[in-house]
Amino acid sequence: MLRQALGKIAQTLVVLFFVSVASFGLLKLAPGDPIQIMLGSEYSQESYEQLTAQLGLDQPFLAQYADWALRFVQGDWGTSYVARTDIYTYAFKEALPVTLTLASFSLAFAILIGVPLGVISAVKKDTAFDAGSAVLALTGTAFPSFLLGILLIWFFAVKLQLFPVMGYISPWQDFWGGIYHMILPGLTLSTYFIAMITRLTRATLIEVMEQPYIAAARARGEPSWRVIWVHGVRNIAMPLVTILGLQLGTLLQGTVLTETVFNLPGIGQMLTSAVLGREYMVVQAGVMMTATLFIGVNLLVDLSYPFLDPRLRARK
Amino acid sequence: MNDMTSHPVTTQDAAEPILRLEGLTVHRGAAKILDRVSLSLGRGETLALVGESGAGKSTIATALMRLLDGARVEGRAELDGAGDLLALPERRMVRLRGSRLSMIFQDAGSALNPSYTVGRQLTTTLRRTLGLSRAEARAKAVELFTSVGINDPDGRMSAFPHQLSGGMQQRVMVAIALAGNPDLLLADEPTSALDVTIQAQIVRLILAQTRARGASCIFVLHDLALASQSCDRIVVLYAGQVVESGPSREVLERSRHPYTRQLKSCVLEIGSKDLTAPEGTVPPHSEMPVGCRFATRCPRALPRCAGEAPPLVPARDDATGPLDHQFACWNPE
Amino acid sequence: MSLPSSDAAIPPLPRAKAPRGRRSMFLRRPFFTVALIVAAAYVLAATFAPHVAPFDPVKQDFMAMMQGPSLVHPLGTDSYGQDILSRVIYGARYALIIGIFSVLIGAAGGLVIGLAAGLSGGWLEWALMRLIDSILALPSLILAVAFIAILGQGVDKVVVAVGLSMIGPFARTVRADVMQVRVQLFIEAAQLMSIPYLRVVWRHVLPNVIFPLAVQVTIRVSEAILVSSSLSFLGIGVTPPTPDWGLMIAEGRDFVSFAPWMSAMPGFALALLLIALSIVGDGIREEFDPKLRRGA
Repeated sequence: MLRQALGKIAQTLVVLFFVSVASFGLLKLAPGDPIQIMLGSEYSQESYEQLTAQLGLDQPFLAQYADWALRFVQGDWGTSYVARTDIYTYAFKEALPVTLTLASFSLAFAILIGVPLGVISAVKKDTAFDAGSAVLALTGTAFPSFLLGILLIWFFAVKLQLFPVMGYISPWQDFWGGIYHMILPGLTLSTYFIAMITRLTRATLIEVMEQPYIAAARARGEPSWRVIWVHGVRNIAMPLVTILGLQLGTLLQGTVLTETVFNLPGIGQMLTSAVLGREYMVVQAGVMMTATLFIGVNLLVDLSYPFLDPRLRARK
Repeated sequence: MNDMTSHPVTTQDAAEPILRLEGLTVHRGAAKILDRVSLSLGRGETLALVGESGAGKSTIATALMRLLDGARVEGRAELDGAGDLLALPERRMVRLRGSRLSMIFQDAGSALNPSYTVGRQLTTTLRRTLGLSRAEARAKAVELFTSVGINDPDGRMSAFPHQLSGGMQQRVMVAIALAGNPDLLLADEPTSALDVTIQAQIVRLILAQTRARGASCIFVLHDLALASQSCDRIVVLYAGQVVESGPSREVLERSRHPYTRQLKSCVLEIGSKDLTAPEGTVPPHSEMPVGCRFATRCPRALPRCAGEAPPLVPARDDATGPLDHQFACWNPE
Repeated sequence: MSLPSSDAAIPPLPRAKAPRGRRSMFLRRPFFTVALIVAAAYVLAATFAPHVAPFDPVKQDFMAMMQGPSLVHPLGTDSYGQDILSRVIYGARYALIIGIFSVLIGAAGGLVIGLAAGLSGGWLEWALMRLIDSILALPSLILAVAFIAILGQGVDKVVVAVGLSMIGPFARTVRADVMQVRVQLFIEAAQLMSIPYLRVVWRHVLPNVIFPLAVQVTIRVSEAILVSSSLSFLGIGVTPPTPDWGLMIAEGRDFVSFAPWMSAMPGFALALLLIALSIVGDGIREEFDPKLRRGA
């Protein structure tokens, strides 16, 4: 098991290396001359060469990459030309927590709503409830989240005036205020995942409920809620966690859109304004953070399998 | 085993039977899987349901547990002191399962939840059925594991099902089934997933444990020899109907129904412990003949057999009158 | 070898069943049929947009700004007085063109990388697999944003960016299909008979890969449309005044409190198309995907 885990970690590191080379290459591919942009419109040839050497841009590609990677790992992500701020602070300390808050809030929402919905659909298979949740699930997976967000704003914030239209309050500073501001964005982002989790829970649970150990649990007098929630749901944890890990990318790209709809200062807004401002190093930082998050979570998912399914633990 | 075979004559003269099953009929869609099955089981008695696969043996056990989903069940199943099992509200049925009647499944490997330790699956049952505390349940579990022949019972408590051999898994199943001190144990082909060498061990274990507790047991088997060796009574099923029933030796030695005879000769001919199916196949439910269902495969079939279903009648001894031995055949051996 | 006789021994397949199943697919899947009709309506509207649309989609009319739905403007007008219905109809054009072309780019790129990864073996295969992994490590929208950062904005740029961002999943499925063909003996047999390598690929590998790929293409069109309109919604995709749905939704967002139709109309047009396409995609996958069929 340890060997397997180490293998997984090694593979993950290789993928991270590839991603980092690619996002470093992104900077090189970018049109426009970064030195020119930094110096502004008027500069002398001398100062141009001086800055080039200073930034190491006269070195070969691999040397530049090594230099960049070293600095990146140390938290030196460069300076935003336009905002004149440190990108590490801007991206990692300010934008990332917003995105992570929104993402985890939505995920919690999705699991708390999606799993019970899926369980009920599975137990009430082929009833009106099941059919209804199937239609909702299909709509939910196909409906564009940014449109949903606007509709929610229009209905709950403008018409009913129940929730704030937009804006962000950190739940670390003001817990209830943060939650309050997260409800509409969280709902927007989680709709897709509620739908997906409902479908997945239903399908896998129906399969699990046909297993002999479910009949055996009933045969020894387990009450039906225990049969479903203890014996059934416990055994769908693994496929559920796997899909959630793989769908993390969808969650992250959903946050980009949701942040724009609700004006949340997260990675999404950061990326958008960086693209418009042609700030390649900020884009790079966003790409690296997203990819690392995705790869890291999927590594965790892989490593969690033996805990989720005892059969995957080493045999005694 | 005491001398049950020469047991006198008439039906159970013993006390009130623990289970009296009358006219159990199970429909699944258009198919009639069981047709008016009746049997009765005395306290402390063991009974074997024998027949080919698809005869409906396991359906009887599952129907008694009320675990048949998507099927229509008719008839009465009177469990002594509990009323009609087939008519009880589900809430009361839940309380009976595991405490008054319990079931041992075919393949223990898939009947144990892979996500929980075997110890936990046993102790939750103990705590619910006997109302034990956590510590008491653990002590009782170790005791049960010891009594079903699990070595290192303390250590096995924390094992997951997949870490045990097939035989050990089935022993765990037996322990779980015995946990609530049931009066009636239903063993649904408990050895079919096991190696031949272990099969007899497990059957003996189940019998010894039920006898030691004064409980009754219904065994679903497809091995007539094993059934006659181990159980007091045998009920032979064919295509969802009882064709012959009675004390084991009586049914085995003086079988009247041609189907029972065929089952027997298969064992003798092949000489194996496994029952091989007689020639021909059971007709599908959609083409079930109106008369005797075995007529299509029967070497002794008369013209009458195809048109008229034979009733289950007691065998008669010229000297003593009707015997505790029933069969359904127009042309018995 | 006694091939002919063994052939005869195989019981005939229930042949009548397959064609009957095929013919009644539209009857067996009513949702699929309705969705297909809806999708077809979009294609028609897109094709004949100049004939169907009542107004010029980019004609601004400052006398008719932000009007609610009326007889003249059935879906209302936007903040420039442009007719929303006409813009929605033309928007179908952009959505479908961007969706289809970007998927084709993604499929072509995925085919090349997937074939290379599946056929090469050794360290090259390993490296290509990690490359695919790293492409897949980024959600397609983030990748598309990164490509847009390099390429800049505009319809053509969006097509390329979205196309490139979809290479990963295509490459993965192509490689999986190649692996499946590779383990089948006939490739080895063909190689033993010393048929040129490229011909083996052309004759044996490609046919087994192209069909599942085509199924994937139809399924992923809706994803491409979603990503491209997301880019436009973020304001970094196509540029105004192009009648792009995502752009229209974004423009209406600021006026949602008093002119909700501005976002809602193009939004529903997009949502309906996406739902229809995903039902069509599910139907096609269930009907034609060999992997699902084997499982069934």
